[in-house]
Amino acid sequence: MAVQTPPRTTSSPPTTTAPQRPGPPWTEKWGGLFFVAPFGVLFAFFLLWPTLSGLWNSFFNTSLAGVQQEFLGLRNWQEMFGDPAVWASLRNTLVFTAMSTPPLVVIALVMALLANRQGLLGWFLRFAYFAPFVLPATVVTLIWVWIYQPGFGLVNGLLTAGGFAEIDWLNTENRAMLAVVITTVWWTVGFNFLLYLAALQGIPEQVYEAAAIDGASGRQQLFRITLPLLSRTTGLIVVLQLVASLKIFDQIYLMTDGGPNYATRPIIQYIYESGFTSYRIGYASAVSYMFFLVIVIVSIAQFRLFGGRKEADR
Amino acid sequence: MSSVTIPRTKPSGPVVPRFTFPQVALAVGAVLLALVWLAPLLWAVDTSLKPEPETTRTPITWLPEAPTFAAYQSVVDQGSILRWFLNSTIVACLVTVLTLGVSTLAAYGFSRTTFPGRRVLFGLLIAGILVPPQVLIVPLFQEMSSLRLVDTYWGIVLPQVVAPVMVFVLKKFFDGVSRDYEDAARVDGATRLRIVWSVMVPMSRPVLGAVAIFTFIGAWNNFLWPFIVTTDPSMMTIPVGLANVQGSYGLRYAQIMASAVLGGLPLLIVFALFQRQVVRGVGDAGIKG
Repeated sequence: MAVQTPPRTTSSPPTTTAPQRPGPPWTEKWGGLFFVAPFGVLFAFFLLWPTLSGLWNSFFNTSLAGVQQEFLGLRNWQEMFGDPAVWASLRNTLVFTAMSTPPLVVIALVMALLANRQGLLGWFLRFAYFAPFVLPATVVTLIWVWIYQPGFGLVNGLLTAGGFAEIDWLNTENRAMLAVVITTVWWTVGFNFLLYLAALQGIPEQVYEAAAIDGASGRQQLFRITLPLLSRTTGLIVVLQLVASLKIFDQIYLMTDGGPNYATRPIIQYIYESGFTSYRIGYASAVSYMFFLVIVIVSIAQFRLFGGRKEADR
Repeated sequence: MSSVTIPRTKPSGPVVPRFTFPQVALAVGAVLLALVWLAPLLWAVDTSLKPEPETTRTPITWLPEAPTFAAYQSVVDQGSILRWFLNSTIVACLVTVLTLGVSTLAAYGFSRTTFPGRRVLFGLLIAGILVPPQVLIVPLFQEMSSLRLVDTYWGIVLPQVVAPVMVFVLKKFFDGVSRDYEDAARVDGATRLRIVWSVMVPMSRPVLGAVAIFTFIGAWNNFLWPFIVTTDPSMMTIPVGLANVQGSYGLRYAQIMASAVLGGLPLLIVFALFQRQVVRGVGDAGIKG
């Protein structure tokens, strides 16, 4: 992922054997562990342990208090596969991902092409395109719920000013998800924009100069040089974006609370509700694990596709 | 580009930059898109400066007829937002400092030292990148309540310090730093801890800066985990506290927007100040929250 780490020194001859100072043998052998230990302890406590205890819980009937545990075997898992709410929320998550990923890639690319090599304007453009990304979810949703208000909201104000009919964005089943997608694109596209911008700035100017001498038009340069050279970045952005979109929760919970009529409830909200509203820790854990597997599968599939292309490039 | 024939003398008249039509069109398009992207923010500021009755008037007034800070005044007077600010500041600073410290040490350990089990541990770390924090909320909450860390700063902070991606990014950078500096320092008798502090840290300042900024923004903005682990309003961070605002203020939109502006402003300022580092950080590392 890290694109270039500039070697900061003149080419150093590879030290054949690390010149280890003959210290006490114990430090030489185990001393390195000292550096990894603080992170390792936190990792064990707050990542490894909950990951394992979540799996363990999924085989039990555990309440939030966690006192009386009844071994259920695979019953939580069986129930999950027959639970329509699981499938509906998983479907909402996938719909959101499918709707949000294309604009989040395409608009980011357009922004990067527009902002690249804009000299004086560059700072302003980078600020404007990226600024929403640094805002907390709550600030974003407070603003957008206000914008989507029927009657006096900005969007409906513009619609009525243009002679169109108003839309009750957040309370209409087939509009609510679109409203969330629009908000999400506005909020997060800046990150992908910066990835594209960094890639564009890595393309040497001479390539274009050479193409211009050969008489390539701006269009040809875009489609024959720029876009092909960006294909790797596009792969990376798609991978990161798919995984990020699958984890959707904050803005939906805050804007629609999963409604209307559960039409936007994503899988993480269902996990949250099973655990913290219905107090069914075991069941919530089973659903968490199923979702975790979905993410792992998507990541690995993407990684293999993307990784394979990387190998082919060389 | 084609400046072959033009001598490098100062032109006598005003400098007329020779922009081609496509360049102008692109710039205009870029600015228009930027305005569209800024519009929601401007609209929020605009609303926050209106007196309450004007916010819900139809047709919309584009600019406040008599701008007022009354909404800000009442938001601050209600008190909670200042407390949430304090909480967010404490949490984000703690997370950033601890993440930097712990991740730098671990990255150095993985990059430069050997010890039994190093490869297994590194494999575990990479696997940890795949675990989405969102699916850990239930077991983590259980763990926190048995450790009695619910509604405490440590309860909010500690899980956020575990950022395998950051260790990975730093390790990759350290791998590219020449070993010569280190060897020189070793010959001079520096301990390894000293080497991390006086060799690796100064050489990695840009990456460390990017990691710091992203960690800070991420910690300040994190919603789900603080939302789960805090129940006491006085322990909430800005994003969690603001989530309750809409309900508690009823339909007073100027106040809601004033809170939103206050909640978003510190980060916009941080970003404006450190834009260069942020831009470079994303380019170098591809850190996504």
